[in-house]
Amino acid sequence: MKNIKRTALSWLVLLLGLLYFMLPLVATFLFSLKGKKGVLSFVAYEHVFADPQFLKTFFFSFQMSIYTVVAGLALIIPTTIWVHLKVPKAKPVIEIFALMPFVIPPIILAFGLIRSYSRPPLALVTTPALLVAGYVIIAFPYIYRSIDAGLRAMDLRALTEAGMSLGAGWFSLLFRVVLPNLRTAILAAIFLTFATVIGELTLAVLLAWPAFGPYMALVGRDLAYEPAALAILSFAMTWGSIGLIQALSRGKARPGTVVAPGLAVMAEETKPTTTRSTTNGLP
Amino acid sequence: MPSSATGRKGARGARPLFGGNALAWLGLIPFFLFAFAFMILPAGNILIGSFQNREGAFTLANFQNLLRPNIVKSYLVTIRLSIVTALIGGCFGLLMAYAIILGGLPKPIRSFLSTFSGVASNFAGVPLAFAFIATLGRVGLVTALLKTLFGFDIYDKGFSLYSFWGLAFTYIYFQIPLMILIISPAIDGMKKEWREASENLGATAIQYWFHVGIPVLAPSLLAAFILLFGNAFGAYATAYSLTGGLINLVPILIGAQIRGDVLHDPNLGYALAFGMVIIMGLSIIAYSWVQKIASRWMK
Repeated sequence: MKNIKRTALSWLVLLLGLLYFMLPLVATFLFSLKGKKGVLSFVAYEHVFADPQFLKTFFFSFQMSIYTVVAGLALIIPTTIWVHLKVPKAKPVIEIFALMPFVIPPIILAFGLIRSYSRPPLALVTTPALLVAGYVIIAFPYIYRSIDAGLRAMDLRALTEAGMSLGAGWFSLLFRVVLPNLRTAILAAIFLTFATVIGELTLAVLLAWPAFGPYMALVGRDLAYEPAALAILSFAMTWGSIGLIQALSRGKARPGTVVAPGLAVMAEETKPTTTRSTTNGLP
Repeated sequence: MPSSATGRKGARGARPLFGGNALAWLGLIPFFLFAFAFMILPAGNILIGSFQNREGAFTLANFQNLLRPNIVKSYLVTIRLSIVTALIGGCFGLLMAYAIILGGLPKPIRSFLSTFSGVASNFAGVPLAFAFIATLGRVGLVTALLKTLFGFDIYDKGFSLYSFWGLAFTYIYFQIPLMILIISPAIDGMKKEWREASENLGATAIQYWFHVGIPVLAPSLLAAFILLFGNAFGAYATAYSLTGGLINLVPILIGAQIRGDVLHDPNLGYALAFGMVIIMGLSIIAYSWVQKIASRWMK
């Protein structure tokens, strides 16, 4: 009897929550269809796609996100592997760095980057490199957490020892043993980075780049229905990225670690917690 | 990095394969250099700038300027917004997480909701602002619906999406899913047996919560609350695109100083930013401390 009551309450809470989550999405979608008076149509979407600025800014942000992914992975994967294998003592230090983007939010980061790099000899403000560097810092916690979780899930030591005793050098160890095992973690890192960078506003607007985020904000100032269409499109993109991560990591027995983006990735710090969650379902 | 790895190969010789040594730290140099150049240096520069005047000489005037009524007010509004959204979002997120994990709901709902939370907590910034404008803005769908169905005009009754509560309502949209993601592991750690045992011993639900549930969850809840607080405190994009900078939140003020919109005074901007870093720093210290306590229960 008590259980039934609890379940009923749970359903109530769930439905209330879903109502709050779904209402803005449904409303935005319907709103985006009202571009033509009196009928529902996709005319707002047509306008969005017909605007050359849309493609241009989107392509710019897409490019930036690719640079960010490449630079971020090239920096963080070797570092994380190195920490796991060689200097486990450095782990707390790296963890602190993974928390730093929280203490220094994008608005502060942008400010500091402008102050540090707007004068010669390091006048980087005018190059996209500074934007990408800032994005790598923002994406660092996501990438690090994914890779770290991926490394913890496999027996890195056993794998490297086995590889070495079979005569593999460091190069083939990295590319033929470790990286293939990290595939899911790397893909998760890529999609999380992509989802973060593609619509990023703060750095792009303050460093004055014609990126997708500032473009959306601009459209929101001038138009009524097109912003709604943009919101739906970008929700679909986020959903696509995260959904892909989920689909890819399905079957892996580590729920919650890869999925949780944003700050939640930080909360996953306590190792016992995550191992518990996998064993908890068992009687 | 792979190059330094191959470089180490010869030097390693017969030493134990995984014995850490001082030289191994050298492999982390690229990372530390990068982090220094693009995270520590910029933050340090803000720190220095907040103690300088326009000519670059040492001054404390910027901090005196922080005491201007409008700036104190903006800090208070931002703190209030962060606390309100962290509390409401946190409570409801906790209820939802509890419902899907221990509430006896079908299992697929949990995996759906955790995916959805991942998406929704990332759905912040410009698109989120648009969604709420289309929903609760002056011509938003729900606003219009309430008007035509019930003759109830929320804007006549004093609600505005561009006011404090409008902003709060929007922030909660990413706070709840974040809470679900953060608190789920802690709720996973609460064993069904605890509840059954206390029920068998004759405890009521309220007694269970007061003597078992809340004490066990308290550190995790506090840690989650701090994260939500910081998450709201540092948010710029959502506020920027929703109010166009009308509400003077601290991030908005800092943004205005950078862009040179009003009263352009970069050094005041640095002091503002410094104040923000202090608040965020304190919250992360509190977070780590509480997290340490929380992990005790999880063993």
